[in-house]
Amino acid sequence: MAFPAPKPKKPELPKKLVQNLECKQGAVRAVRFNVDGNYCLTCGSDKSLKLWNPHKGTLLKTYSGHGYEVLDAAGSFDNSQLCSCGADKTVVLWDVASGQVIRKFRGHAGKVNCVQFNEEATVILSGSIDSSVRCWDCRSRRPDPIQILDEAKDGVSSLKVSDYEILSGSVDGRVRRYDLRAGELYSDYIGSPVTSVCFSKDGQCTLAASLDSTLRLLDKDTGELLGEYTGHKNTAYKLDCCLSEKDTHVASCSEDGKVYFWDLVEGSLMLSLPVGRGVVQSLSFHPSEPGLLTATEGHVQFWREESHMVEKQPPGC
Amino acid sequence: MAAPGASDSEEEELAGYGTALEPLPEGERIKKPVPLQEQTVKDEKGRYKRFHGAFSGGFSAGYFNTVGSKEGWAPSTFVSSRQKRADKTALGPEDFMDEEDLSEYGIAPKEITTTDDFASKPKDRIKEKARHIAGITSSIPGTTALDDLIAPAKITIGVELLRKMGWKEGQGVGPRVKREPRKQKPDPEVKVYGCALPPEGSEDEEDEYQPANVTFAPKDVMPVDLTPKENVRGLGYQGLDPTKALFGVSGGEHPSLFTDGSEKTSNLLGDLRHSKGRKLGISGQAFGVGALEEEDDDIYATETLSKYDTVLKDEEPGDMLYGWTAPKQYKNKKGMEKEIRYIGKILDGFSLASKSSATKKTYLPPDLPRDYRPVHYFRPVITARNENPLLLQALVESTGKLETDALQQNRHTLNASQRRELLGETALKGPSPSVLEYLSGKDKERIKEVKQAAEQQMKTQTLPQQSLNISSFSYGVHQKWQMALGGQLATPSSSDFKPFAKNPEKQKRYEDYIESLKQGQKDTSESHTDPGMTEWERGREREEFFHAAVLYKSSNPVLSSRFTRAKHEDDTDKVEVPRDQEMDIDDKESAVKMKMFGKLTRDKFEWHPEKLLCKRFNVPDPYSDSLIVGLPKVKRDKYSVFNFLTLPESTTTTITQTINEKMQQNISPNKPKKPSRWDVSDKEKKKKDSISEFISLARSKVNIQQQQPESVIEEDRSRTNEPLPNKAVNESTDQKEEEESRPSMDLFKAIFASSSDEKSSSSEEDSDEEAHQPPSSVPNSESTKHANLPDTSSADVQECMAVTSEPDLVPPLLKEELDKVEEFGPRLPPVSFSKTTQEHEPVSLASSVEANQKEKPKKNKEKHKVKREHKHKKEKKKKRKKHRHKGKHKNKKSEKNSNSDTVDSSDSLSDIEEITDLSSQELLRRLKHLPAMKQ
Repeated sequence: MAFPAPKPKKPELPKKLVQNLECKQGAVRAVRFNVDGNYCLTCGSDKSLKLWNPHKGTLLKTYSGHGYEVLDAAGSFDNSQLCSCGADKTVVLWDVASGQVIRKFRGHAGKVNCVQFNEEATVILSGSIDSSVRCWDCRSRRPDPIQILDEAKDGVSSLKVSDYEILSGSVDGRVRRYDLRAGELYSDYIGSPVTSVCFSKDGQCTLAASLDSTLRLLDKDTGELLGEYTGHKNTAYKLDCCLSEKDTHVASCSEDGKVYFWDLVEGSLMLSLPVGRGVVQSLSFHPSEPGLLTATEGHVQFWREESHMVEKQPPGC
Repeated sequence: MAAPGASDSEEEELAGYGTALEPLPEGERIKKPVPLQEQTVKDEKGRYKRFHGAFSGGFSAGYFNTVGSKEGWAPSTFVSSRQKRADKTALGPEDFMDEEDLSEYGIAPKEITTTDDFASKPKDRIKEKARHIAGITSSIPGTTALDDLIAPAKITIGVELLRKMGWKEGQGVGPRVKREPRKQKPDPEVKVYGCALPPEGSEDEEDEYQPANVTFAPKDVMPVDLTPKENVRGLGYQGLDPTKALFGVSGGEHPSLFTDGSEKTSNLLGDLRHSKGRKLGISGQAFGVGALEEEDDDIYATETLSKYDTVLKDEEPGDMLYGWTAPKQYKNKKGMEKEIRYIGKILDGFSLASKSSATKKTYLPPDLPRDYRPVHYFRPVITARNENPLLLQALVESTGKLETDALQQNRHTLNASQRRELLGETALKGPSPSVLEYLSGKDKERIKEVKQAAEQQMKTQTLPQQSLNISSFSYGVHQKWQMALGGQLATPSSSDFKPFAKNPEKQKRYEDYIESLKQGQKDTSESHTDPGMTEWERGREREEFFHAAVLYKSSNPVLSSRFTRAKHEDDTDKVEVPRDQEMDIDDKESAVKMKMFGKLTRDKFEWHPEKLLCKRFNVPDPYSDSLIVGLPKVKRDKYSVFNFLTLPESTTTTITQTINEKMQQNISPNKPKKPSRWDVSDKEKKKKDSISEFISLARSKVNIQQQQPESVIEEDRSRTNEPLPNKAVNESTDQKEEEESRPSMDLFKAIFASSSDEKSSSSEEDSDEEAHQPPSSVPNSESTKHANLPDTSSADVQECMAVTSEPDLVPPLLKEELDKVEEFGPRLPPVSFSKTTQEHEPVSLASSVEANQKEKPKKNKEKHKVKREHKHKKEKKKKRKKHRHKGKHKNKKSEKNSNSDTVDSSDSLSDIEEITDLSSQELLRRLKHLPAMKQ
């Protein structure tokens, strides 16, 4: 007699351009949502880091202090701190409200490609082209890292952190996963230089993009190939990839100015979203809603699903 | 007084002084002054004060001049000793004083008041007089006048200056010193019994972190008082200072500037001495103890004889003086020198010498011979070049000088052996009897080789380009070997240098190898190699032998006779290497090609996270009791010493290098070839040649029986590898060695030369290759192409590169950027500020809509599938993937064909799958053998 459960809303893909942020900071090297998706950070090639509200399209703050272009940034879980890294070989910890530099971590021998906070923002992890991942302590005032993960044979291009794992993609064609709880290192050979890695939301799979224009979904525990996604073009540049908010789709930047969406299970191309003429270098998926930020050349675009109403903006932004 | 009644005009000119009286109010009488007897005086608390005594000027004490209080008399100090036994109240004179005594004009003022020295009132008469007398009697008359002029400051000018320079009391004077942060080193004087405490502070070391570059002020040093003893009193006896005794405290407190020098040192830093212990009155032995003094135990000191030495002690100081303290003249000279130090600022870059330079010993001039004349006449110098033989002879006869000259000239041209013969020494006991002959012969040979090489170079230059094929190339390689080793190879029989002494088999192989090289065999060491070794190992060993031979040839017998083998092996031949190495990439490469991800591509290591990192991640330390961090390391033999040594760039090798380079330039003039990481084609090729070739060899043998189903690629491969494997292997190894020796040079260039153009060109090629390949081509077509060609020389690679690098699709802006910076890893997209982005966007939006509309129906179709599968997606994900692998891609292919972008890649996928189908058995077989191959 019971009514069938309401039909689950089919996952929508962000196709509608809602905002276009002219960042005015040179090329936007990376765009990142904050932890709840209300704000975003853009890393500019003019040494600046900017904080935006992408829903309204307003610039909130500019953080300057890097000595060279900023390559990646991340926000802490409580939105009180930011970390960024750049080609000036430093990792910088910022205070969000005051815009002041709290710490500068020096030690990498080359430009720093990627940076991540751990879950409690007590450690900053940074991957550099000097083929090392360094774990910086935010708690104490020691200037040297807690640990240096130098197993990579070539530059570390991408880095993700879960509550007990560190996932790093390296140009030597391997995806390494450091499991702190088990005390083990898993190294998966991809073959082609890895440009971007990420965990799935359920924490069961890892996604790796490589320079052979292929994304691979690997089982985290066994390293088996679960899916392969091709169609886009990624042969030279360090481009991002990500999973959608419910792990239903895989998204990747492309060098032909589009963002490609694949169905995670089917592996079929669902959508190629034309973003711009130039290379789409960075993208970031909203953590809970179908929203996508793309960075191409000097501006960032914010895309929402077709049914999205502008009035439905989350309050308090 | 102002004039209140002055007119207005006058008012401006008059100045007013004082305060004007208030104008009297109308009709009021002037108050009568209070009569004297009614005037009262109140104290500070508002109580009426009564005047006592004569002329009412006395003062009252106590309660109405009694010792009691309003309530009567009570001993106020009684406290039960049971409760308050501990706090013993020390009563000072102040406790018995009245408030008035402590006030400004009392006898013990508490407030800051002007001291006598600065008070303008006339000073103490007696003191004045004493000073006056002292001024007259002192050596310099009139110093008291100066003394009067200068009011003594509490702080001397020196201290003031020091303070301005940043000195603080308690610090020493001098440059700041670097001090080690506190160490947990136990005090040497403190003995620890039982268990020593664990070194504390491993937990809180982060908090105690001290930066290294902090300097501290030096410790204070008490100045040494070098006062000569001029009085006749006993040692250490001070006597009574008459000024102190007579004038009390104030006389002693006054630091006199013009006393004799002995006191100056003590007064230098202010009168610390006096302020410390202010003693009132006269004190000292035999003067008794005042009522207020606490220490009274030593007043009646008894002089006992036991305090004195009655017997001369046994240990005599050694100066045979027996207590006689005569001034020592030369004894302590050194010590004295040490004590006198340079006090002052030491210039940068200099440091104080710990030892003073020894005084030069002067020697007396020798006694002159009796017939010595202090003038010297020079004889004319005669050389053999002189033309006139007659003159020469005459001179020779007269002086006898020429012969000796000639001998002396010869002396420098002699070699060691000749000198030895002249001196009559015995020959060195080396392993080879005729050491020096051997050496010189080698030298000659070497020179000859170099000459030959130069000739060869000339020949190769004159050769026409067509003839520069692989045979000449391999000849060049061999030539390099010959030249590098020449005739000067290490002779295993003569030298007892055994680089592989640990591994006797290897040593034997090495000796055989050297022997065969000496005999000039071209394909060396084929017979000597261990049949159980893999091709890669064999190549590695050959390389090693080669390096060893070159290295040990330099240690010629002369040297070898000087050195002996170490008796105890030190640990230098062990290196810390990660215990688990990532497995060979070649296996994985093939596994990736076949999409056999999983066990084949995964390496699992034990990894030790730092303790603190675990703490920060809120994760229990998985290896809480191990001290290892990172990958566990083991001490292992270095694979060989020669892994870490690069061959020194001798003349011969550079020649061969130039030959190689010339050849390359001839083939592709604009493209100096350099293997780069991003050069995919080259990389693949490199990886191919060892393992995969081996695999294909094995495969071809298997496939001979079933030749029909084999694909074209396989055929090609087998064809290349089938004929005469021995030779093929030989060639490939030769070439490999050539390749392997080169990257060091490349690395060097990559670091130091600005070779960005090459990098960019290689990456251009990558993209270009992709663009130019026909859609049906296989991604690894290049490698197969290489396999197709009859020889695997680098020359072919050159050609390939040249072919693929003509068109330039890269936009000029991008190229500029690439030229500008040397990049490693995936690049960042170029910075381009396109003004057209705004107008571009609507277009892109429109196109997106179009695309959506196009894809809508397709999507709907697929959605049925998605819906069904969505629920069990996660459980089934893995299984389904495996099942679907083959089937799905065909579907995908058809789907994707509509999308023009993806045609080639999907095709390539399907092609790869065909390969997988073919060789799955092979792969399974290899999977089984995997553990065996690992070792």
